[in-house]
Amino acid sequence: MSPVYTRPAPLKDTPTRYCPGCGHGVAHRIIAEAIEEMGIQGRCVGMGPVGCAVFLYEYLDIDCCEAAHGRTPAVACAIKRMRPETVVFSYQGDGDLAAIGLCETMHTANRGEPITVFFLNNTVYGMTKGQMAPTTLAGQKTYTTPTGRNPATEGHPLRMCELLATLEAPTYIERVSLNTPRHILRAKQAVRKAFDVQLAGQGYSFIEMLSACPAHWHMSPVEAAKWVDEVLEPVFPLGVYRDRTAQEAGPAGSPEVRSCAPNA
Amino acid sequence: MTDERQFVTGNVAAGEAAMRAGLHFYAGYPITPQNDFGAYMAAEMPKRGRVFIQAESELAAVNMLFGASAAGARVMTSSSSPGISLKQEGISYLAGAELPAVIVNVMRGGPGLGNIAGAQGDYFQATRGGGHGDYRTPAFGPASSQEIAELMPVAFQVAERWRTPVMVLFDGYLGQVEEGVSFLPAQEPPSMDRDWALSGNADRPARVVRSLLMDEGALERHNEHLREKYEALAAAEARWAAEGCEDAEVVLVAFGLAARQCAQARADLRAEGVRAGLFRPITLWPFPDRALREACASARGVLVVELNNGQMVEDVRLALGDARPVGFLGRAGGGVPTVRAICAAAREPAKEHASEGEA
Repeated sequence: MSPVYTRPAPLKDTPTRYCPGCGHGVAHRIIAEAIEEMGIQGRCVGMGPVGCAVFLYEYLDIDCCEAAHGRTPAVACAIKRMRPETVVFSYQGDGDLAAIGLCETMHTANRGEPITVFFLNNTVYGMTKGQMAPTTLAGQKTYTTPTGRNPATEGHPLRMCELLATLEAPTYIERVSLNTPRHILRAKQAVRKAFDVQLAGQGYSFIEMLSACPAHWHMSPVEAAKWVDEVLEPVFPLGVYRDRTAQEAGPAGSPEVRSCAPNA
Repeated sequence: MTDERQFVTGNVAAGEAAMRAGLHFYAGYPITPQNDFGAYMAAEMPKRGRVFIQAESELAAVNMLFGASAAGARVMTSSSSPGISLKQEGISYLAGAELPAVIVNVMRGGPGLGNIAGAQGDYFQATRGGGHGDYRTPAFGPASSQEIAELMPVAFQVAERWRTPVMVLFDGYLGQVEEGVSFLPAQEPPSMDRDWALSGNADRPARVVRSLLMDEGALERHNEHLREKYEALAAAEARWAAEGCEDAEVVLVAFGLAARQCAQARADLRAEGVRAGLFRPITLWPFPDRALREACASARGVLVVELNNGQMVEDVRLALGDARPVGFLGRAGGGVPTVRAICAAAREPAKEHASEGEA
């Protein structure tokens, strides 16, 4: 009898530090599966955030690099510039990517750096006990919004896919979810697509993954998975926000933009 | 020194010398008084097949250095004082992860935005480690465009030999004044295949570049390793220049532009019959304390001159202890001690000299 479900080789045989019901383990697994299926394990350089996934290198058997909080895209793009033959991805949470690292996130995308960014959005700072994140929903109670996020003083949730889709340079942007088998299968396809973009030299790819944080949402894993569908998804609709894989995407952006250059 | 002399600013001298020393990667963010530096790199790096990125901030620039260095590249950034403050986070991470990099600080007046005139107020920041944690950064303080050009390859050697970020400090005046420079011949960039560089684990075990060490005792062991490294580095890499100290009754101690002023003051003092010497630290850390003690053996007094309100003078006092009286003359905020003021102060070297207002 042959096994139908095994651990992908890039995923180390080690327990993770994640809480029950957390999406990180699922995200790690589908990334590892994609790496194995695409035969790119020996070419990958992965980068974790400062956050719950800071120990990414303990779980993935690939070359890995740390970065200061939020600076992951800056570190990643320089690795890719110096080693274009590698497959470089950053893996970041909402605080790392959308708060302290928003500047690097936007400019790396705007330059069309040919890296892949995986963005795990669980609406809270998981590692530091669940403070309000840039993606926290209006009214959502967190460690630092004990009566709920008040948009009048704390703003509204940042929608990163929508924000990045205003830029010319990105090639592929998709938001997926990790809460049901159907969603996980779709997420895996998105991960493969993002790596495909990079392998084809087509530029910047960004995959946002809605992920449960039952520990800081103060729910059971089952309730948290349901909450993703019923409450998170209406604010963060799933889908493809940019797909220029069919077009010839040049590093300087669209032809219209190039022709506007005064010295062109 | 095979090439014919070129007339260039200190900023361009640093950039050109770095490229000739095999620089792979430069990232920077605009700031006065080193804007010709970044512009020169933008024009020249791509022509030579190297990588230039104008970063979105100093934070991004120094972290791009982190990434390029982790990939095995020879890397440099440049900025000026307020920008260097922003880079300190990244310098701490470079030190923790033991990644080589060269950071050039074309110093201007501070604190805060200060002004855009030359100054030496970042001595403490460079020599004490401006970022968090227990680390040191070797720091060079060249005094001319020529010396900037000569020290850039040395800075890369020290950075890579000891796997550490290295600072090169000169003030905005040296950065912007044009002087004749003879450059070393250009060398090809070195191989990026260092035994710790990230390149994919196709034919070896996976590598990790990190500074987070959470296992019990791991960070303490790492700190101990770093301490031993800095101790060996300090013993091996101190550099200085001494002129006329053998018979000196007064020794002037200064680096960078202040040392240029002191060189003229020393000549004037000698002409007036005062036996003056000049001791010029070229590495600010490691501070050449033993050489300084030897240089001051015959002196009845020591005068430290700086473009700040007294920073290196603390290292001079640490080096000399109570053996010699140490006085200080300095101007901050863009002021430069005049040769006349230095000569006057040198006659009473042990005094604290009020900053003079003359131009």
